[in-house]
Amino acid sequence: MSVPVMSETAPWVLIERRLPWPLLGLLVLAFGVVPLVGNDYWLSAILIPFLVLSLAGLGLNLLTGYTGQTSVGAAGFMAVGAFATYGFLLRLPEVGLPLALLGGGIISGLVGLLFGLPSSRIKGFYLMVTTLAAQFFLEWLFVKFPWFYNYGSSGTISAPNLSLLGYDLNTPVGRYLLTLVTVLLLTWVARNLVNSQTGRNWMAIRDMDTAAAVIGIPVARYKRLAFAVSSFYLGIAGALWAFAYLGTASAGSFDINRSFQILFIIIIGGMGSIAGNFVGAAFICLLPILLSHLGQALLGGAVDAGQLQNLQKIIFGVLIILFLIKEPEGLIRLLSNTRERLRHWPLRF
Amino acid sequence: MAFFLETLIGGLLAGTLYSLVAIGFVLIYKASGVFNFAQGSMLLFAALTFVSLHDQGVPFALALLLTVGVMVIGALLIERLVLRPLVNRSQITLFMATLGLSFIIEGLAQGLMGSQVRALDLGIDDVPLFVHGVMLSQFDLIAAGAAVVLVVVLALLFNKTRIGVSLRAVADDTTAALSIGINLNRIWQIVWAVAGCVGLVAGLLWGARQGVQFSLSLVVLKALPVLIIGGFTSIGGAIVGGLIVGASENLAEVYIGPLIGGGITPWFAYVLALAFLYIRPAGLFGERAIERV
Repeated sequence: MSVPVMSETAPWVLIERRLPWPLLGLLVLAFGVVPLVGNDYWLSAILIPFLVLSLAGLGLNLLTGYTGQTSVGAAGFMAVGAFATYGFLLRLPEVGLPLALLGGGIISGLVGLLFGLPSSRIKGFYLMVTTLAAQFFLEWLFVKFPWFYNYGSSGTISAPNLSLLGYDLNTPVGRYLLTLVTVLLLTWVARNLVNSQTGRNWMAIRDMDTAAAVIGIPVARYKRLAFAVSSFYLGIAGALWAFAYLGTASAGSFDINRSFQILFIIIIGGMGSIAGNFVGAAFICLLPILLSHLGQALLGGAVDAGQLQNLQKIIFGVLIILFLIKEPEGLIRLLSNTRERLRHWPLRF
Repeated sequence: MAFFLETLIGGLLAGTLYSLVAIGFVLIYKASGVFNFAQGSMLLFAALTFVSLHDQGVPFALALLLTVGVMVIGALLIERLVLRPLVNRSQITLFMATLGLSFIIEGLAQGLMGSQVRALDLGIDDVPLFVHGVMLSQFDLIAAGAAVVLVVVLALLFNKTRIGVSLRAVADDTTAALSIGINLNRIWQIVWAVAGCVGLVAGLLWGARQGVQFSLSLVVLKALPVLIIGGFTSIGGAIVGGLIVGASENLAEVYIGPLIGGGITPWFAYVLALAFLYIRPAGLFGERAIERV
């Protein structure tokens, strides 16, 4: 019988499938090397926002890239997560940081579910406008009601203290590790989710919801689920954005431009791809830095900051249109195409 | 009672300005199925161009003409560089392209013409008029008049001219329109140029109101609930929607606002639009699409 032979080879194949070498290398780099060699600037100003924005992109991608429901209210749900986590840390300090984060995510997910309710009746641009409504309403809510920011005069929230099991996480390395672990955990969950029945139903709805309904997928329920899960992810990303990156945040940190930024991450990185969020977020984080350095080097400070910002806007706009025209599946597709090409080099395919 | 009427009429007049912005959207959506997020930045660009020319000493009429020229050239460029390569792609893709477009236009407008607030004087005095004891703003009345004129002109263009008929043919069934020899690219150029001119009118009126500055492009966000209520495909709907939004926003701010902390105008129109959506998912005058697998 051939069964024993198979069971001898199967585990190795499985292990290889689960963790490819490049990913393992990246993990070693992220956990082992970066905390040792990374300086404060790199950790606090580049790596933490990169990781948080990747997570936010992932959340929006579950809704927009996988389920096909365009949302321009991502930052509103991030704000819910941030303010809810703050509420837990402030009013129930005994729950601890991980549970407060989780609670913030869950509350954000519930709010997302609420604003996703219209998705059972409307779709397309009409639905997009409901997400805009969520964005404006939530922004207003967190400005108008002082209860959310503990009656402070400036309307800002800052984390009381970030600590886990007695370790103080309020150092650049601590905040980096907190973000990294959270993001990796949630990415792993998301990857399994999109490969499950749920994910396949989402993609069926994205590709054609009428057809999905015909083959027996409960479309309305899965759309609502997508809203809830997406907002859960965005909420946790928002809490990390507020406490691990900014330190002190207000409703203004989650305005509509943040929503657009996250939408751009998934367009540029790749819709309907997990790794694409990381590529897109890296691009969005690094491009402004690159541009300002280029501006300094080429023009020697002759251009003022305002003009540089306008230039940056134009470049972002051009890139978005170029990507939509040339590579609708984003940078991640571009990378995999390049890899294929290199594998066959010098032959063409 | 006089106060209620004042609030109501003030809201209705402000609503005509919302309608003006919304009409630009409807034009483009009808003819090409594109939800043009860049309408707000087109509005800003047009108003900024006009103010810059006017400040240079160019007379009013000439500056208006030149700005129209700029908007037409812009429409030609947009059609050639953005829309034509994206033909036959999903509506969401096209929407995102216009999002990118709005970034380009905003960057260009502010890069070329500065980002400080510019005053715009159209030569209309904003004096209060009293009609039966109700205070009205003369400026708002003239703005509403301009909106009415614009709508009549557009209605004539759509219903009485050859171009208008082909526009409606494209809106009705793009493939059928192509098969009888209507030049789709030409139609898109025309529609975007007309939308640019509507944006110019709206930009001038809004700009005279609050100064020509970046926040002008945010007017676009005000127009969205108007579109939801009126439907994306109906010019008449845009007008009615604008009036409903303007009036109810004003009334809500005065009568409901104080109860829940005030400052509710940014989102009230959206909530109103959501309420409408629950009752009529395609807006008041929108066409209900029938879907087939």
